[in-house]
Amino acid sequence: MTAVPALAVEELSVEFRTRSGIVKVLDHVGFSVDKGETVALVGESGSGKSVTAFAVMGILDPAGKVTSGRALFGGADLLALSERDLAEQRGREFSMIFQNPRTALNPIRKVGQQIADVLVRHGGATRPDAPRAAVEMLKRVRIPDPERRVEAYPFELSGGMCQRIMIAIALACRPALLIADEPTTGLDVTTQAVIMDLIGELAHESGMATIFITHDLALAAEYCDRIVVMHAGHVVEAAPARELFAHPRHPYSVKLLAATPGETASLAELASIPGGLPDLRRPDLPACRYSDRCERRIDDCVKPLPNRSLGERHIVSCWNPL
Amino acid sequence: MLPLLRHARYVLSENPVTGLAFGLFAMFLVAAIFGPLIAPYNPLQSNAAMALKSPSAAHWFGTDQLGRDIFSRVLVATRLDLSIAFASVILAFMLGALSGVAAGYFGGWTDRVVGRLADTIMAFPLFVLAMGIVAALGNEVINIVIATAIINFPLYARVARAEASVRREAGFVEAARLSGNGEARVLLGHVLPNIMPIMMVQMSLTMGYAILNAAGLSFIGLGVRPPAPEWGIMVAEGANFIQSGEWWIALFPGAALMLAVFCFNLLGDGLRDIIDPRQRT
Amino acid sequence: MLKLLLSRLATAIPSIVGVVVVTFMLTRLLPGDPAAYFAGLAASPQAIAEVRTKLGLDKSLPAQFVGYIVDLAHGNLGNSLSTGQPVVAEIATRLPASAELTLFALILAVGIAIPLGVLAAVKQGTWIDHLCRIVTTAGVSLPVFFTGLLFAYVFYYLLQWAPAPSGRLDVFLSPPTHITGFYLIDSALTGNMEVFWGALRQLALPAISMAIFSLAPLARMTRGSMLSVLGSDFIRTARASGLAPGTVVFTYAFRNAVLPVITVLGMVFSFLLGANVLVETVFAWPGIGLYAVNALITSDYAPVQGFVLTMAVLYVALNLAIDLLYGLVDPRVRLDS
Repeated sequence: MTAVPALAVEELSVEFRTRSGIVKVLDHVGFSVDKGETVALVGESGSGKSVTAFAVMGILDPAGKVTSGRALFGGADLLALSERDLAEQRGREFSMIFQNPRTALNPIRKVGQQIADVLVRHGGATRPDAPRAAVEMLKRVRIPDPERRVEAYPFELSGGMCQRIMIAIALACRPALLIADEPTTGLDVTTQAVIMDLIGELAHESGMATIFITHDLALAAEYCDRIVVMHAGHVVEAAPARELFAHPRHPYSVKLLAATPGETASLAELASIPGGLPDLRRPDLPACRYSDRCERRIDDCVKPLPNRSLGERHIVSCWNPL
Repeated sequence: MLPLLRHARYVLSENPVTGLAFGLFAMFLVAAIFGPLIAPYNPLQSNAAMALKSPSAAHWFGTDQLGRDIFSRVLVATRLDLSIAFASVILAFMLGALSGVAAGYFGGWTDRVVGRLADTIMAFPLFVLAMGIVAALGNEVINIVIATAIINFPLYARVARAEASVRREAGFVEAARLSGNGEARVLLGHVLPNIMPIMMVQMSLTMGYAILNAAGLSFIGLGVRPPAPEWGIMVAEGANFIQSGEWWIALFPGAALMLAVFCFNLLGDGLRDIIDPRQRT
Repeated sequence: MLKLLLSRLATAIPSIVGVVVVTFMLTRLLPGDPAAYFAGLAASPQAIAEVRTKLGLDKSLPAQFVGYIVDLAHGNLGNSLSTGQPVVAEIATRLPASAELTLFALILAVGIAIPLGVLAAVKQGTWIDHLCRIVTTAGVSLPVFFTGLLFAYVFYYLLQWAPAPSGRLDVFLSPPTHITGFYLIDSALTGNMEVFWGALRQLALPAISMAIFSLAPLARMTRGSMLSVLGSDFIRTARASGLAPGTVVFTYAFRNAVLPVITVLGMVFSFLLGANVLVETVFAWPGIGLYAVNALITSDYAPVQGFVLTMAVLYVALNLAIDLLYGLVDPRVRLDS
């Protein structure tokens, strides 16, 4: 089977300039997503998952700067595109949904209009056709009573409904890639499953590649083909979901799995990961940013990180993996 | 205290304009305290032979229609203008902080009465209300102070109310109450001191407005009476000569007024950045 | 929308009551004998007694208040001593002059402040941002009567670009046919371009002086709220959807950012109506502000009281209009009520 990558991120480094110094948020991050595949980016808060997504989308804060790397998508490097060219593609070829759907929608614009704005901008519909197309989109994301709901403002809808609207906006132009940044955070558990199923179905229908950003390994295992584990701006391990769960190789992945409440794990067995993320402003950051917290640390750990291939599609960045 | 000083130094280095404002403030303070001593001429002494002379080495700011030295008058006026503004700000603070804190702390009908009072004052265009008050109370300097304090009252009451109602449930207030302090004691001894920094910011922010307001009232002939040197009234006197080209009579007192307001506005902004950075816009 | 209108009207009523009570109290606060005050400086004891009976000052306070309300209901604000005319009529004839000046100044202020604030926020940290900061800090520090005088000196005396600071129209021109009372509108409607330009030239300096003074809160608020909106989640969504930068800044960011700006309009009107008095004095503008100032000089109290009441009622009405405007722009307010 020869998979074609929809998006390949290579050697991506991002820095943030702040008052207290330069923060090296991402350091040579690399991973890829195949067409039709769902990949999870997991890690604790501050590990750089969202920054990776924002960098690929070209919507980093003005303080953030891409210092190296490429993001190959459809034969072009997204990081090298001009803002204007990128804006043409955003929302059409690749799009993104966010956490907190209620604040992610314009509070004083009807949801139908917000969908129509995207359609009209990317040539998905003409202005006169847009309202009808917006209703169609609401049907696709299975919103009941779509003719009435297009006229609603976000504050009149529940969080789950708003996230469906977000999905409708993101998928309006049938993109080849969707980045979902913690799409179920802030929703109740039943709604979470419904939203995840919806994203999965829609992705399957259109053969869309999906990057799913989460800190919830259990959710990632349930819905994703592969998992990319990030820690402090590094990709520490990437593996098919089942394999990662069965045989995690990076010490951090092991700890992360142990910290995930699974079906069998009781609360007592739930482990916490000792230490915190290193201060990314430090000028003397170690080669392995996990080494300060690591129990398997050896002398080789000060050397530049290796990218070890362990079997098919299983990569680990560690000198002393399990 | 030390971190506050360090933060103050940081704000000053970030925003050197605040330093400039402190310098100006010192200058106005000196003029207000020593003005009558350092003025080269008697500000009330008229001299018909020297009337309407443009600025010269002898009369830096020129002379007015009665031959009085404008530099001396501008200098001496500083004390009156700043005193009016300062007194009205203090008065507004006392009325506003006390009733606002009580409203926020007790809630209920106290809150409603204070709120209604503030709303009623705010229902007027403020300068117009001040005019009405001075006109009714009589043409005295003290009435300018009272009017300016009244129109500033709602601002203080609202800030104090908001801050006090946040602190009503705070741990230290609860602790003070549980250790047997009466309500009045908790209010004055614990809640009020805690909102002082924010009230100080408010005072410096309204000081500029108070100066403008007082000068505006005397410009239309309310409160201060000639021949007393006061910036607003001096501009009003100079206004009659603008069309014939004697610009200096109005310009110098007007510029002093402008500079004073500018100084206090910058000072207020700077003080706010030091004490309450979250309000920064 | 009707519901919103009614609920806002209901909140305006206590304000009106408060205004009426306060203006009533102001007349009773007069030091010494109000009757002597209303009768004027040169009044004989007999005249004072007459005034006392006429004003009902010999009655009890509640009875006086009722009398005051009845007078107000009949549109009676008393008579001016110096002209002998009813105050209501005099204020009514002078109101358009003040309204034209104030509204023109407001349009100028909004027209400058909002683009300035938006640009300062979009181009944060650049020269336009610094310009915005200087303009806003300097603007509130300029005493409006002083700026007015300075302008008159520079543009009339030195440069002779502007006409003499003496009223709404040059003495050689006659006012346009009375339609709205606004010279600009009336002359435009009747096609009298000579009067239109004449009125505009007279209006320019006082209006600019007032606009500069009231610019600051508008520009400051526009910049601040634009900055916070530009940093909000839904703008990120709009950018991630690839919407054109113009759509992001105007349709998405600006329409949200304008909401807090509408709320400061109330404060701006408070500034403008106050500044109006001072500017009318400087430019001999025949509006109600100058009327009140002239009455103050002659200790003619009824016009002053009528002026304060008129201004306050206007201000309450303006705040009501601002509330309704807010409801029009923000669906959350419109649909919640």
